[in-house]
Amino acid sequence: METLFRSPSVDFHAFAPEIVLVLVLVVLLFVDLVFEERGRWATSTVAGIGLLASLVPVLTLAVAGGDRSLFDGAYVVDDFALVLKGLFLVAGYVTVLISTDYVAEGDYYEGEYYFLLLSSLLGMTVMASARDLISIFVALELLSIPAYLLAGWRKRDLRGNEASLKYYLLGVFASAVMLYGMSLVFGVTGSTVLSEIGDALAGGSSTVPVVTVGIVFVVVGFGFKVSAVPFHTWAPDTYQGAPTPITAFLSVASKAAGFVALLQLVFIAFLGQDDVWAPLFWVLAALTMTVGNLIALRQTNIVRLLAYSSVAQAGFMLAPLAVAASIPAERGGIANATEAVVTYLIIYAAMNLGAFAVVMAVARKTRSGEIGSYGGLFDYAPGLAVLMAVFLFALAGIPPLGGWYAKFVVFKSLLDAGTGAAVALAVVAAVNSVIALFYYASVARQMFMDPVPDGDTTRVQVPAALTASLALCAVATVAFGFFPNLAARLGDVALFGALP
Amino acid sequence: MESLDDSALSLAVFVPLVVAAAMLLVPRENETAHKLMALGATLATFAVGMLILARFDYGASDQLQFRVDAPWIDVINSRYLLGVDGISLPLLVLSMFVCVLVVVYSWNHFPEPHNPKAFLILILVLETGMNGTFVAQDLILFFVFFEVVLLPMYFMIGVWGGEQRQYAAIKFFLFTLFGSALMILSFLALYFSGGQTFSIQELVAVAADNIPRSTQLIIFGGLFMGFAIKVPMFPFHTWLPDAHTQAPTQGSVILAAILLKLGTYGFIRIAIPILPEAAMAWAPVIGGLAVVGIIYGALGCLAQSDMKRLIAFSSVAHMGFVMLGIATLTDFGINAAVFGMVAHGLITGMLFFVAGSVKDRFHTLELSRLGGLLLQAPRMGWILGFCAMASLGLPGLAGFWGEFPAILAAYSPAEGLSEALFRTYMVIAALGTVLAAGYLLWMLQRAAFGTPKPEFAEAPIADMHWPEYVAWVPMLVLILVLGIFPGLLFGLTDGAVGNALSSFGAGG
Repeated sequence: METLFRSPSVDFHAFAPEIVLVLVLVVLLFVDLVFEERGRWATSTVAGIGLLASLVPVLTLAVAGGDRSLFDGAYVVDDFALVLKGLFLVAGYVTVLISTDYVAEGDYYEGEYYFLLLSSLLGMTVMASARDLISIFVALELLSIPAYLLAGWRKRDLRGNEASLKYYLLGVFASAVMLYGMSLVFGVTGSTVLSEIGDALAGGSSTVPVVTVGIVFVVVGFGFKVSAVPFHTWAPDTYQGAPTPITAFLSVASKAAGFVALLQLVFIAFLGQDDVWAPLFWVLAALTMTVGNLIALRQTNIVRLLAYSSVAQAGFMLAPLAVAASIPAERGGIANATEAVVTYLIIYAAMNLGAFAVVMAVARKTRSGEIGSYGGLFDYAPGLAVLMAVFLFALAGIPPLGGWYAKFVVFKSLLDAGTGAAVALAVVAAVNSVIALFYYASVARQMFMDPVPDGDTTRVQVPAALTASLALCAVATVAFGFFPNLAARLGDVALFGALP
Repeated sequence: MESLDDSALSLAVFVPLVVAAAMLLVPRENETAHKLMALGATLATFAVGMLILARFDYGASDQLQFRVDAPWIDVINSRYLLGVDGISLPLLVLSMFVCVLVVVYSWNHFPEPHNPKAFLILILVLETGMNGTFVAQDLILFFVFFEVVLLPMYFMIGVWGGEQRQYAAIKFFLFTLFGSALMILSFLALYFSGGQTFSIQELVAVAADNIPRSTQLIIFGGLFMGFAIKVPMFPFHTWLPDAHTQAPTQGSVILAAILLKLGTYGFIRIAIPILPEAAMAWAPVIGGLAVVGIIYGALGCLAQSDMKRLIAFSSVAHMGFVMLGIATLTDFGINAAVFGMVAHGLITGMLFFVAGSVKDRFHTLELSRLGGLLLQAPRMGWILGFCAMASLGLPGLAGFWGEFPAILAAYSPAEGLSEALFRTYMVIAALGTVLAAGYLLWMLQRAAFGTPKPEFAEAPIADMHWPEYVAWVPMLVLILVLGIFPGLLFGLTDGAVGNALSSFGAGG
C-alpha cells in the first residue's frame, strides 16, 4: 500500500558541513554550561576547532565532485556553494581568532558569543546552498538574528545599543520588504524553487508589473544586507558601535552572504528579467562606490572609515551584476559576472579582515579609534604599521597586493560586456579607485609620516591569536597579489550547477 | 649555463625582493647587517646583469632572449613571460647599475629620520619593480611591475623627503595612479579586440590587423595617458618638480635615472609596435608636446632659484628630446631615444647625486646662497661642471648622442608624417639646446664659480667622501665611454628598434 507521505531521501554527505556545525553548537552550549567562569577560554578553542572541522566535509565534497540536489532542488550543493561555504567558514575562523582575546578580556559572555557567531555562520553556509525562496529566507534570518544580538554585545555601551537597534530595525524592515517581493514573485510564478521561477519568468508572458515590483523589492531587501547606497545608512553606526570583531564579521561574511543570495536570485530566478534588474544594479553600483568613497574621505574614525570603504567596495562587487546580462555567451555570459563577484569576495575577505585585525591590535594600546591616534605608529610598532599599509593599499587596489586582481576582474567583466553603459560604469569605477586611494593613503600618512600624538611609544602587545589572524590575512593578501590564480581558480569553478 | 639562462631574468627581478623580505626579519638596530645585505643583493643582481650581458647574442639583438614562459593567471590567459632584447637590455643593466650605486652612496647618507632598514628595503623593492618592468613581455605582468614602484617611491618621498614631502608624495601617487587606471583599461581593450591574449609579441603580430582604426586611436589615448604621465610629458609634468625637490637624494636619483624611463619604454615597447596606425596619427601631437616640453622645461629652469628644482625641470626638457625622437617613428629617432634614456639616466642621476651632497654640506640648495664650490670642494665642483657639460649635450659625452640624433631624426620623420611640421619641431628643439646650455652654465656659474658667500666662508666644507667616490666614478666613466664610443649602445639597440618598427612596413 502506498503511503501518502514519503520522507525525502537525505544525502547526509551533502549536509555534512552543516551537521558538523550543529554538533559544534551543541558542544559549545555544553562547555558553557559545565565549565566554571575560569574555564570559559575553552569556548573559543572549541569554536575555532569546530569551524576547521566543518571545513573537512566541504573539502571531501569538493573532492567527490558532482552536483547534489536535495528537496526537489530547494537545496543544492554545487561548486558555487562549496567555494562560498569554504569562504564563510574560513572568514568565521579568522573572526574567532580576532575575537579570542577581545572577548576574554572584556566583561562578556563568552559561551553565548561563540554560540551566536557560529549560528550566524550556519545560516551563511545554508544560504550558499539555498535555491528556493523559503530556504533563502530561513537562511537569511538564521544568519541575521544572531548578528543583531552580537552587534549589541556591549550592552552597557550607548553606541552598542544604537548599533544593535539600528541594525535590527532596518534589517527587519528589509526582510519585510523582501518577503513581500518574494510573495509577489511566488504569486505570479506559482513556485518557490528558483530554477522553476526562472523557467516561468523566462517565458515572455509574465512581464507583468507585479513581477517588476517583486524583483525590485527583493533586490532592495538585499541592498540593505550588502549596504548598497542608499540603503547603507545603518552600516557606519552599526560598525562603529558593534564590538570590532563583529564589525569585521559583518563587513566580510555577512556582506558576502548578501551577495551570495543576490547572485542566486538574480542569475537563476530572475535571469529572464534583466531589463528590470540591470539598470537597477547599474544605479546601485555607481551610487554605492561614489557615495561610499566621498563620505569616506571625511571620516576621522578608523572604523567608520573602513565602514564607508566597505560600502564603496560593495559598489565594485555590484558592478558585474549590472552588466551580467550583456556579456556575450562566448565570453562566459553570467558565469563571467559570477566569477568576478566571487573572486572579489574572496580577496576582499582577506584584506578587510586583516585591516580590522590591525585596528584591534592598535586599539589595545591607544584605546582609540581616531585616525589621529595612528600618528607615528611606524616608530613604535613598525610591524603593525607595515601590515596596515599592506591591507589598506591592497584595498586601494595597488599591485602587487591582492586587491588589484579583485578590481581587475571587475574591470574585465565590465569591458567584456562592452556596452556603452558598461564602459561608462568602468570609467566611474576607475575614477573611484583613484578617490579611494586618497583616504587609504591618508591613514598610511598618519602611520609613517606624522609624529606620535601623545608621545607614548610603548610597544604594542599583540596576543598570539590576533598575531595568527594577522599572519593568515597578510599571507593571503600578498599571495593573491602575486599568484592571482589562487583566487581566480576558486572564482572560476564557483559556478551554479544548474547553469550550462 | 643553460639552466642559468632560463632563470637569469627571474633572478634579476626577484633577488632584491627576496633579500628585502629577509631584511624584514633582521632587527632595525643592526644597521651594518642591513647595509651589507642590501649591497649584496644589488651586487648579486648586477652580477646576473653582467652574466646576461656576457651571454647575450648580439647578432640577434632584435629577438627576445633569456625567455621565460610559464603559466601565471590561467583564467585570463595571462602568462609569466620574460625576455630581453636590445631595447630592454641597456635599460635593465642601467637599473641594476644605478641601484648598486645608490646603495653605496647611502652608506653614510641616510636622510632623516634615518632608519636604514626601511630605506634600503624600499630601494630593493623599487629595483624589483623596475627590473621587472623592463623584462616583462606580458601586459598584465608589465602592469603589475609598473605599479610596484609606486608604493616604495611614495613612502620614500613621504617619509624621508623635505619640508613639503607629504604633498609631493600624494601628488606623485595620485597622478601616476590616474594614468595607470586608464592604462589598464586600454590593456583590457587590447585583450578583447586583439585576440584574447596579453602577450606583447602576439599582440604586435595580430592587433594591427584586428583592431579598427577608430578603436586604435582610443586605446592609444589611454596608453598615452598612462605613459605620458610617467615620462612626464608637458602638461602632465607638474608632479615631477615637487617629487624631485622633496625626495631624498637617493629617491631623486632613482626617479630621474630609471622611473621616468618606464614611461618612454612603454611607448617603445607597447604603444607604438602594437598600434602603429594610431601611433602615426598621434605622432604629431606627441612631437608637439615634446617640443613644448623642451622649451617649457628650459624656461622653467631659468626661473628656478633652487638647484634641485632646476635639475628637475631640466628632466622635463630632456625627456622632451627623448619623446621627440620617439615621435618621429623612425629607426634613427627611436635609437636616439633609447640612447637619450640611458644618457639622461646617468647624467641627471649624477646631477642629483651632486646636488644631494651639496645639500648635505651647505644645508641649502638656494642658488643665491651658494657659490665658490670650486674653492671649497674642488673635486665636487669639477664633477658638477662635468655633469653640466654632459647634460647640455657637449660632443664627446653621452648627452650629445641622445639629443643630437633626436633633433636630426626630426628632419626626416617616418613616411606619412608631415615633414614641414617635424622640421618646425626640429628648429624649436634646436633652440632648446641653446637654452639648455644657458641654464646649465648659469647654474654652474652660480654654484661653483666665484667666492663662497659670507655665511659659508668660514664653514669647514668637506670634499668628497669615499662612498661618493665609489658611487660616482663608475657613472662618470660610463658617461665618458658612451660619449666616445656611442656605437656600444647603438649597435645593441639598432636591431631591436628595427623590429619594433617592423609593423610600419615601409616606414621602418
